[in-house]
Amino acid sequence: MSDNEYIPKSKVGKWFNDRLPLLTLANHLTDYPTPKNLNYWWTFGGILTFCLITQIITGLTLAMHYIAHADMAFESVEHIMRDVNYGWLIRYIHANGASMFFLAVYIHIFRSLFYGSYKSPREIIWIIGIIIYLLMMAAAFMGYVLPWGQMSFWGATVITNLFSAIPLVGEGIVTWLWGGYSVDNPTLTRFFTLHYLIPFLILGLVVLHIWALHVPGNNNPVGIDIKKPSKDTVPFHPYIVIKDGFALLMFMIVFAFFVFYSPNILGHADNYIEANPMVTPAHIVPEWYLLPFYAILRSVPDKLLGVIAMLSAILILAVLPWLDTSKIRSAVFRPLYKQFYWILVADVLILGYMGAMPAEGLYLLIARVATAYYFLHFLVVLPLLGFKEKTLPVPLSITEPVLGGMANLATAKQNESIDKIK
Amino acid sequence: MKSFLKIFSILIFLGCSLNFYSSAAEKVEYLKTDWSFKGLFGKFDRGSLQRGYQVYTEVCASCHSMKYLSYRNLAEDGGPEFSVAEAKAIAASFDVTDGPNADGEMFIRPAKLSDKFVMPYENIKAAQAANGGAYPPDMSVLVKARGGGVDYIYSLLQGYEEAPSGITLDDGVYYNKYMYGNNIKMSAPLSDDLIEYGDGTKATVEQMSKDVTTFLMWAAEPHLESRHRMGFKAIVYLIILTILVYFSMKKIWSRVESEV
Amino acid sequence: MSEKKTNRRDFLFTATYAVGAVGVGAAVWPMIDQMNPDASVKALASTEVDISSVKPGNTITVLWRGKPVFIRRRTQEEITEARLVKMEDLIHPEKDEDRAKNPEWLVMLGVCTHLGCVPLNDKGDYDGWFCPCHGSHYDTSGRIRKGPAPWNMEVPKYEFVNANTIKIG
Repeated sequence: MSDNEYIPKSKVGKWFNDRLPLLTLANHLTDYPTPKNLNYWWTFGGILTFCLITQIITGLTLAMHYIAHADMAFESVEHIMRDVNYGWLIRYIHANGASMFFLAVYIHIFRSLFYGSYKSPREIIWIIGIIIYLLMMAAAFMGYVLPWGQMSFWGATVITNLFSAIPLVGEGIVTWLWGGYSVDNPTLTRFFTLHYLIPFLILGLVVLHIWALHVPGNNNPVGIDIKKPSKDTVPFHPYIVIKDGFALLMFMIVFAFFVFYSPNILGHADNYIEANPMVTPAHIVPEWYLLPFYAILRSVPDKLLGVIAMLSAILILAVLPWLDTSKIRSAVFRPLYKQFYWILVADVLILGYMGAMPAEGLYLLIARVATAYYFLHFLVVLPLLGFKEKTLPVPLSITEPVLGGMANLATAKQNESIDKIK
Repeated sequence: MKSFLKIFSILIFLGCSLNFYSSAAEKVEYLKTDWSFKGLFGKFDRGSLQRGYQVYTEVCASCHSMKYLSYRNLAEDGGPEFSVAEAKAIAASFDVTDGPNADGEMFIRPAKLSDKFVMPYENIKAAQAANGGAYPPDMSVLVKARGGGVDYIYSLLQGYEEAPSGITLDDGVYYNKYMYGNNIKMSAPLSDDLIEYGDGTKATVEQMSKDVTTFLMWAAEPHLESRHRMGFKAIVYLIILTILVYFSMKKIWSRVESEV
Repeated sequence: MSEKKTNRRDFLFTATYAVGAVGVGAAVWPMIDQMNPDASVKALASTEVDISSVKPGNTITVLWRGKPVFIRRRTQEEITEARLVKMEDLIHPEKDEDRAKNPEWLVMLGVCTHLGCVPLNDKGDYDGWFCPCHGSHYDTSGRIRKGPAPWNMEVPKYEFVNANTIKIG
């Protein structure tokens, strides 16, 4: 928080603020200069904050009624659905909220990919974001185990068994994760504990994510550095608050349709059958938001390599700022990258679809090609593109989006002064 | 205006593709009927629920438990809505084990509204032993536990056929064209006029299938009606607030020269 | 900016805030109400007690809504003692006739109205109950006579189903 000049008007406010500068913080958040050309893809940060808070509140209230015990978990969920006042509403918001959370986070991530928001000087924001994304997956997976239905049980079995791919210590790690010789009550209680903990870790990381964002300020659709505050920026409140609010409300309409009119469509029917260690469901499918990675896992014929491929698919994102060699941020000025970007989007969607299909025949072949392309995009296409691509002229500022300029404000200014001398 | 319509349609598109993802696996054509509980204002047909309860209790309940329901549910809003006196009478026709009493002994008493539905078997093992090894699944959430939902249950009840030539069935196994793998261990449970409906409706297999499936839908989603009511209100509210916020946003952004 | 324009803007913002606040309120209520007694708890709200084996001068304690209920079959002396007390002498004046419809049977929550402990039978200065936690004395009608408790022990809603059975709740 660089703007230390803020001095509260009231005496009490000043007294308090000298001891704990909360008012300075509030003032910083209110006045925070934001590029005025942010489009609606930028509203998903606010929407994600809403999702996290909603999940935490509904989760806390569910935890007041849920019983983390293998013999009682399923029954306690039915108790919530039938007897607890508004229990069905709270549970459906929580269950569908997880899906909406991931829907929003994918849009947020792909927005960042399109406009190059991960590039210097925003690498730390991006890496914190990837950690949040990983924790979200962990929280979602463990949350799915809690109702103790068939998919809970077998999902937990399959995912924990991934660790058995590790040479030598793998089996030991899996037994340690389970707290027994199979997924059972000890597994359930520890998953509940961690499922309760992780959202608060995410909350802490979100604070860091926003803190790191407020150092360089927001990227914007043009992708150039801007002076702040200036005529290119508007104060966060009320301009961005109302715009985020408007987008959030539209998001909530979609959310409400799921909660009230098809609350179970995103879940799997088998999870309404109580866990049975003797019978595996015919098709084990993870929740939709994990399907692309599931497809990558299955497309590699070797157990250990499959796990490594799946993990790399996520971790490769963490080094993305260094894989992308282009100095231009926004895809608007990168005609070639723009095409590859949409191919990647299609590739991930195909992977997701293949993850839901049986791993055989043509499906498997397509999944393999898509997996190979996924890595090709990050490891080959992006590094080369930075050198080969002929980019379009970038404007000097948001308000003067005409003349050729540089992505970097300092260089652009230099050019400007050179022009003046001429 | 243009840009937010774009993003809204993208959201809806993504929402629909999520639906597609999850329904992609199910491809079977089920028998269709008009369910009164579908749609924005969907409600249960009380008569159908009450008849459905009769089918359940006279036919299914001899093998299938419904352990998450209580007799009080029968009188609750949004359900079959038997009167409290009727529900009490239904409960009292079942015996439950209670206790221990002051002497430390368990005793049998008529069920009360607060009691759970009495189960046909003590436990899963007993149920399996009595049914040739197959456990008749608990019916409390059955329609939500099957991919095809109500259409699947409705079809299954009417899907019994002679096995096609070339397929030999083991003893105690029946052919059903809607069952996964076509082999089912439950014999056809319904036949025309198997029961006599209290309200005089003709008890055809089709009618009974529809009634009992409606009853099972309610059993799995007892708050469906209030969910639909609340959903409609919530969405209308959200639309109104969205419109208000939209105009407020226009107003605020008119101070700067920029398009929202 | 003209005054008319300002008014219109103010109205729009006020309406937005007001409608938004209604929604927040509506969303908060389920989160609060979920902590109220649920449908299965409410369904257990009544219990029937067999009192045929209780002898005069004895008290049985039964559990109702998770709280002890004292059912005392009073002797004639206890009834007389309770009915002779003058209203002026009571901290929380209530007639014994109102507390025990059938004078032989006193039914009340066995919970001290001070801070919720369970008083002891046949103890204290007034031949009734005595709360060991902070020294409240109750008489043979369960009325507070001495000590920090502010009210008499509460009489729940109950009825005689027949001569031998009381239904509480």
